[in-house]
Amino acid sequence: MKLVIVNYGAGNIQSIKFAFKRLGYDAVLSDKAGEIQNADRVIFPGVGEASSAMNKLMASGLDQIIPNLKQPVLGICLGMQLMCHSTEEGNTLGMGIFNTDVIKFSKKVKVPQIGWNQITNLKSNLFKDVKENDHIYLVHSYYAPICSETIAISNYEMPYSSALQKNNFYGVQFHPEKSSKVGARILRNFLEL
Amino acid sequence: MLTKRIIPCLDIKDGRTVKGINFLDLRDAGDPVELAEAYANEGADELVFLDISATEERRKTLANLVKRVAEKVNIPFTVGGGISSVEDVDILLHNGADKVSINSSAVKNPDLINELVAKFGSQCIVVAIDAKRIDGMWKVHLVGGKVPTDLELFQWAKEVEERGAGEILFTSMDHDGTKNGFANETLARLSTELNIPIIASGGAGNMEHFIDTFNEGKADAALAASVFHFKEMEIRDLKKKLQDHGIPVRL
Repeated sequence: MKLVIVNYGAGNIQSIKFAFKRLGYDAVLSDKAGEIQNADRVIFPGVGEASSAMNKLMASGLDQIIPNLKQPVLGICLGMQLMCHSTEEGNTLGMGIFNTDVIKFSKKVKVPQIGWNQITNLKSNLFKDVKENDHIYLVHSYYAPICSETIAISNYEMPYSSALQKNNFYGVQFHPEKSSKVGARILRNFLEL
Repeated sequence: MLTKRIIPCLDIKDGRTVKGINFLDLRDAGDPVELAEAYANEGADELVFLDISATEERRKTLANLVKRVAEKVNIPFTVGGGISSVEDVDILLHNGADKVSINSSAVKNPDLINELVAKFGSQCIVVAIDAKRIDGMWKVHLVGGKVPTDLELFQWAKEVEERGAGEILFTSMDHDGTKNGFANETLARLSTELNIPIIASGGAGNMEHFIDTFNEGKADAALAASVFHFKEMEIRDLKKKLQDHGIPVRL
């Protein structure tokens, strides 16, 4: 299986590469359209600020490539957010794969949310053998509200989308690569979709 | 529900753990990677590595260690100690650290916080604050608590938040090493006046201390070293006890 992690200069991609290595898979880091298009699975990571990450993506032209991919694609954290219609962070237009806007948590809660929260209302094979209320690790200040594409819910200030899916596109707000055994199971599931 | 985090802290010198460590089942108790894996398996929520080496090779040695930890460990970890530039942070994050913690360098050059946040994002910038009460006022200290500054704790903590740090790791020098419990009154004030997560550090001696720092101290996470290293308590037992007291934890 050819597994490619999109390398556009936004995020801790080593951790994701290592997580797949622990599962026995060698992921390739790439910013080349052809290599990404020919992969069996594509990981779209992202950490940092949304508008600068989106600018990097546009500079490489990958914002036009990713929405047209046909194989399973997994966006992680900011990656998931950039797959949405827009995000309040830096008033950024995303790739519009998921039909939802990303907004900021209010000051009623500590921002960023950092730590282990639970996932519920699991609706996809991405969560095969993952139990309702299992814990995953998150670090984020912005969230996608619940919508028709929601496949997992977490609760912080209010219930929100912890994962989204549309056709071959998957997005998780949490970090499966840092979510212990539960996260490893989710990454394995993604490879087995 | 977001859970409260338990964070063991490992002191590192020249790529090895330094404090006496009482893990009988480890092949090499001085190997931070093996110890980190053991803690992750026991249910630690995160790990902090505090580098206290002072050699010229330190940067390279630490980067190597970070990479080895990232390869093996499937929970988040923070690296601190002697970090003073954007380049230092870049190397550590690039090798797989999830967060970095800065302390003295932030006090000496507060703009460093803004620079790091702009380049890497709030989520990976932890500012560690060591403070001690002098004449009724909490004063920030440097160099592992040895050098006092004129900075007042709450003012500095607010400035750190405004400059964009994602978390504060607060160590009370008055409590550190005493095993008499965390500085809960001060922690509660930090937690109430600030809107970013606060990690409590200094003073853990028994399980009640952790219960108190989450309930009374309103801490979001608690960090400790010796109680875990010397197996005075198992992380899993501690988390069960916290759960029994209604504190949300990941078990």
